[in-house]
Amino acid sequence: MDGEPLVRWHWVGTHLGYLRGLLLDHAVISLLPVLFGLLIALPLGLLCVRFPRLYQPLAAVFNVIYALPALAVFVVLIPYTGLATQATVMIPLTCYSLAVLLPTTVDGLRSVPEPVRQAATALGYGPWRRLAAVELPTAVPYLVAGLRVAAVSSISLASVGALVGRGGLGYLFMDGFQRTFPTPIVAGIVLVTALALVTDAVLLLARELLAPWARRESVVGR
Amino acid sequence: MNLLSWLSQFFSDPDRRHGPDSIVHRVGEHLLFSGEALGWAVLLAVPLGLLLGYTGKAAGLVTALSGAARALPTLGLVTLAVLVAGVGDTAVLVPLVALAAPVLLVAACEGVRSTDPDLRDAARGIGLTHRQVLWQVCIPWALPTLLAGLRTAAVQVIATATVASYVGLGGLGSYVVGGLATRDYAQTIGGALLVVLLAVATQLLFALLIRYALPAGLRRARD
Repeated sequence: MDGEPLVRWHWVGTHLGYLRGLLLDHAVISLLPVLFGLLIALPLGLLCVRFPRLYQPLAAVFNVIYALPALAVFVVLIPYTGLATQATVMIPLTCYSLAVLLPTTVDGLRSVPEPVRQAATALGYGPWRRLAAVELPTAVPYLVAGLRVAAVSSISLASVGALVGRGGLGYLFMDGFQRTFPTPIVAGIVLVTALALVTDAVLLLARELLAPWARRESVVGR
Repeated sequence: MNLLSWLSQFFSDPDRRHGPDSIVHRVGEHLLFSGEALGWAVLLAVPLGLLLGYTGKAAGLVTALSGAARALPTLGLVTLAVLVAGVGDTAVLVPLVALAAPVLLVAACEGVRSTDPDLRDAARGIGLTHRQVLWQVCIPWALPTLLAGLRTAAVQVIATATVASYVGLGGLGSYVVGGLATRDYAQTIGGALLVVLLAVATQLLFALLIRYALPAGLRRARD
């Protein structure tokens, strides 16, 4: 890398559209899995609260899944989902998100104080209305804490998908490495980190709007 | 071809038994690298975390910084480090340490900081110095959190060391990355399975450590 500067601003200027496309692809393959994870974690968490015996084995399974190296899982999926498809990257990321979100959902639903639950019942709330009006709002700070961890790691992990052909901004790392040209790599690192920080800020804002009482509490020690 | 036939092809290859591309050799490389990175991360992050946690200064900053550090894409750091510093141990160690250190820093800091304040006051009250309170009260209290952090860091480093093979580091990733490059799926899948086994084994090892190596009182404090 003799005499090559870390960033050639000219390259960045001429590739803005290209970078925007990769950023968009990255956002889709990393954030949709978090949404899917949430959509699965909510009913599953409710089941675990209703049937506590279910929770331990499920938590153990997802603990093991969380320990699986992303690249290895991508690779193992290739024969089933194909090279360079979104599914190859999104299925493992959904599992990682679920592994983070299931415990936080269960903790959140369990955090509703028993008197509050009884008060809602005494006011004539049925189980569904109580869930929507009392239990889910109480769980919001927990859910947001889980979502922050899941989203940030999903965004960071998605770039590894570039090694199996579909990694959004991760492609910049391979491109720059193969051409001994650091500018795309630096641009990729900056954009991935920025996407993660913006997502985190959006989640914090959502918590502010949905659960304003949770501001100065640190709820989940994960 | 299916998964099982790929795997049997991989494990029956004579190259997997002897020489530089054998499984034993690659696992050794992988563990050596991961261990080295983890060692440096512990040396750098744990004492600092303990100190910051004890004084309570900058604890919020530590958490915020580590959140940002988690967003850094390791593949990007690895490729950049190799371009800047050339292929070599340092170039790959730096990103791995950067991955593990924030996790350990937060674990040490939060572990110490969460010590029951009454306990700390009592220890000071019976005449212990700050140094003694840290060593005899806060660090034992922080141990479960610290071990949990070490487990997370170890599993992450082992998983990510696979990615580092992309820039020519040995280890199990060279099966995965090399196999992908030559469309040799038997090798790719075999390597992937070995990484998975290694990561799960590490996870289990730490689970046992946390379960049996900690005194009963500390295990209760964790729950």
